[in-house]
Amino acid sequence: MELLLQQVMAGLAAGSIYACMALSVVMIYQAIDHLNFAQGEMAMFSTFIAWQCMQWGLPYWLAFIVAVVVSFIGGVLIERVLFRPIHNAPVLSNLVAFIALYGILNSGAGYLWDFTIKQFPTPFGTKPIFANGLMDAHEAGMIGVTLVLLALLYVFFRGTRLGLAMRAAAANPESARLVGIRVGWMTALGWGMAAAIGAVAGMLIAPVVFLEPNMMLGVLLYGFAGAVLGGLTSPGGAVAGGFAVGVIENLAGTFIPYVGRELKLTIALILIVAVLMVRPSGLFGRNVVSRV
Amino acid sequence: MTVQSEESVTVPTAPAVTDITVTRPGGLRVTARHLLIGAAVLVGLILPWMVQSFVMFQLTQVMIYGLAILGLNLLTGFNGQFSLGHSAFYGIGAYTAAILMSRYDMNYALTLPAAGGVCFIVGFLFGLPALRLQGLYLALATFALAIAMPQILKFHPLEGLTGGVQGLVVIQPDPPALLSFLSSDQWLYYFTLSVILVMFAAAANLVRSRTGRAIMAIRDHPIAAAATGINTAVYKTLTFGVSALYTGVAGALGALAVAFVAPDSFSFLLSVSFLVGLVIGGVGSIPGCLFGGLFVLYVPNIAESISTGLAGAIYGAILLLVIFVMPSGAAGFCRYAVAYIRRSRTPRNANQH
Repeated sequence: MELLLQQVMAGLAAGSIYACMALSVVMIYQAIDHLNFAQGEMAMFSTFIAWQCMQWGLPYWLAFIVAVVVSFIGGVLIERVLFRPIHNAPVLSNLVAFIALYGILNSGAGYLWDFTIKQFPTPFGTKPIFANGLMDAHEAGMIGVTLVLLALLYVFFRGTRLGLAMRAAAANPESARLVGIRVGWMTALGWGMAAAIGAVAGMLIAPVVFLEPNMMLGVLLYGFAGAVLGGLTSPGGAVAGGFAVGVIENLAGTFIPYVGRELKLTIALILIVAVLMVRPSGLFGRNVVSRV
Repeated sequence: MTVQSEESVTVPTAPAVTDITVTRPGGLRVTARHLLIGAAVLVGLILPWMVQSFVMFQLTQVMIYGLAILGLNLLTGFNGQFSLGHSAFYGIGAYTAAILMSRYDMNYALTLPAAGGVCFIVGFLFGLPALRLQGLYLALATFALAIAMPQILKFHPLEGLTGGVQGLVVIQPDPPALLSFLSSDQWLYYFTLSVILVMFAAAANLVRSRTGRAIMAIRDHPIAAAATGINTAVYKTLTFGVSALYTGVAGALGALAVAFVAPDSFSFLLSVSFLVGLVIGGVGSIPGCLFGGLFVLYVPNIAESISTGLAGAIYGAILLLVIFVMPSGAAGFCRYAVAYIRRSRTPRNANQH
């Protein structure tokens, strides 16, 4: 029982990283209807911007704000410059454009800031919050920030005119255009928000995985899995999915004898696919969420 | 360099005329398409005598990638099922060939059908759960396959078979006695070329057949396809199997060409390469696959040679540029170009009458 609890807590701590990432994956998916492969690299790049600001002597929170703002603008610019011209191209061409963006950001960051591993500070400290040392303050802070972000997004999408317009633009661009919504700018705004959320996620994740151009690869894969597990149409589902992936991975590694340790990622993915067999649009697909 | 550009000009022009979906009445009419294919094959036959053995090895790789991309194309381009897991099928094919050759001393030519058979079964079985999933959810399932494959190949209890992290060494085949004037690299090239020709012809026939139309109907409108009496489940799983077969045979050829297999060469990144090749060559175009193979083999090298530090960025920039210029890949671009030329020519002809 003790072991189980311990592993669940460790899973939740790891899951908070994935949840953060899954949230930004779902954000961009809602805005543009595609899965952005370069999302992780965008987050990594934002984190580097924050790091650079701190190198220049800015305090943490100022650097944080600068990174989020710059990322938002960067996200909008990427949409306007790179993806606007090809928004009518086939889906797979868009996908390859994401892969291209991935390469550019990854290699660009490596060129600008090289591939050495860098420390990134945490605003929450690293003291354990439970007596048995299961979860430290940073991990708890990460879970907290993820949940706050989720709440803010919920309010934004359900409670504001702009949020409604963005949802309409994503769900039905033609009709949205007919009622006077500027669909193109809604998409750009979605990119900006996804980049800003990615920046927050990156800055929360960096103290754990350390800052380097390839830091996001594994995280993005888990975040992607979490988002799909939760259902790509539901931000809340994505967060739950991210946590679930962390917990499943840890439990599979500990409790499945013989194969568990070596194949834990494989087992986690197989379990996720098995879940999808039963619920083909994720655990919290559109129907469930719209009723909440 | 000259040779490369020659190949890249001859091969992708073919799809322009290929994509006529209406069946024409029989007869042995020689069309522009036949001439182009003939010319491409001729160039393919002559090339080994004109280039260095390293370039020949690269061209062999291009054909192998082209075949793997064709496998993906059958599934994604013609049947509309998305896959990020074709690196796994490629790996299974490569390992089947390597294991049969190094552990059971099987003849290298026989390992190709074996690899194809194994991959067909695996692909077919994987196609069954895939029936339930669509779009990105299918992408995740196939992605799981791609992630799982290197881990399974490294898995300790299987080490006796797979060689674990070390991988397996394969002996490169020698040319048969009758053709002993060929070097080993040349023989490998011709061997690959002949396999590719057969497989590409078979794929072209498959796509043109009744079965092929059923496969494409499922892509275009699954419900309408089902309503006209097509058993969508059977066709989708079979397409998955055939697609895996093609990529598996490519994997076996790859094992022969590289003479070595190791788990990490079959990672998710290989799937991404196939995907890039598919899109650049043209989704749903058979000759386009070879252009895709050419792109994924050479462009990363070109990017590397421009700047080592920024290789990824340059590759990305080239990729973006190509997507901007040809949003539907090389095949789509050629189709557009031919249509444009025809359109600009028609009024002039009309005036002459």
